[in-house]
Amino acid sequence: MEAAKAGENASPSVFDLFVGFFIVGVYGFGGVLPWARRMIVEQRKWLTPVEFTDMLGLCSFLPGGNIMNVTIALGARFRGIPGAAACFLGLMTAPVAIVIALGVVYDRYAYHPSVRRAFVALSAAAAAFVLATAWKIASPLRGKPLAIGVAACTFVAIAVLRLPLVAAMPVLTIGSTLLLWRFRK
Amino acid sequence: MNTYSQLAAVYAQLSLMAFGGANALIPEMQRQVVDVHHWMSAREFAALYALAQAAPGPNMMVVSLIGLRVGGFWGALITTGAVAAPSSVLTYLVSGVWDRFKNANWRRALQAGLQPVTIGLISASAALLIESTTVDWRAALVIVVAAGLFIFTKMHPLLILSAAAVAGAIGLVG
Repeated sequence: MEAAKAGENASPSVFDLFVGFFIVGVYGFGGVLPWARRMIVEQRKWLTPVEFTDMLGLCSFLPGGNIMNVTIALGARFRGIPGAAACFLGLMTAPVAIVIALGVVYDRYAYHPSVRRAFVALSAAAAAFVLATAWKIASPLRGKPLAIGVAACTFVAIAVLRLPLVAAMPVLTIGSTLLLWRFRK
Repeated sequence: MNTYSQLAAVYAQLSLMAFGGANALIPEMQRQVVDVHHWMSAREFAALYALAQAAPGPNMMVVSLIGLRVGGFWGALITTGAVAAPSSVLTYLVSGVWDRFKNANWRRALQAGLQPVTIGLISASAALLIESTTVDWRAALVIVVAAGLFIFTKMHPLLILSAAAVAGAIGLVG
């Protein structure tokens, strides 16, 4: 019952927003989405599960990092522009600092043989992570030949023909939207 | 244009194209950074991507690392700010009026149309990263084994990534 009421009564301050997202940024190894949902919905109850899914839907539909966009939409909803800035800076501060530190260390030791070999293997595993993500998000396409065709055209345009995204994206999106709407079930 | 303004221009433009988040941006980012501006090689790009995966935070962290490599500390802040600002302003403006279009047909049509394009983009990212990281048969083996673990087990991604790095460091692979 409490969960259903959560979003209505929540009133986090600008400071609360910063701290909540700061913790998400520190913990968010391998992607921040699961950590963000845990903090927003389960721990601090700023949004109900349905409200969160709706907000994430909007933020995935808009360009930009999904959770970056969630920080803006959620912060703006509670505390306007200062809230949006607090959420965004909360999320980004620790990861940017950590990644800059890692980059500096990497630059210094990049030519050490075991560091170099570690990065060859780590790069390969990171590429596999993206492959696995592509595999997982492709599951809604099963049994939809038209959508599979659109995904295949996109793949060829970008990976094989190496077309610039700024030209390919509008054409593919408009073409795909009209095609799938015309032949919708 | 100096390097800072080139970085800002490239990443501000990428920001508004990032449908499906950072992973969908990899091919265009690689094209701009490697082919257009010659800031680094494709292998270096893949190594920075891997380094970003090893850090916490959003997938967008690779953007900060590329800024750092190309323009030092200020380069990192500029690319991070440039990739965030345009999409954040858009999100701020749109989130205010979103509810009005909740059940609009155009919104549902656009969402359905965007889905396969996003999937194709992320598959293209995977293909480009695999192409630049498969330096020998052992790297190929890492990709196959790691992909199997990512897809078919519930192992923590960080565990798989660090296992690969350790195997590389002690000379098993890589």
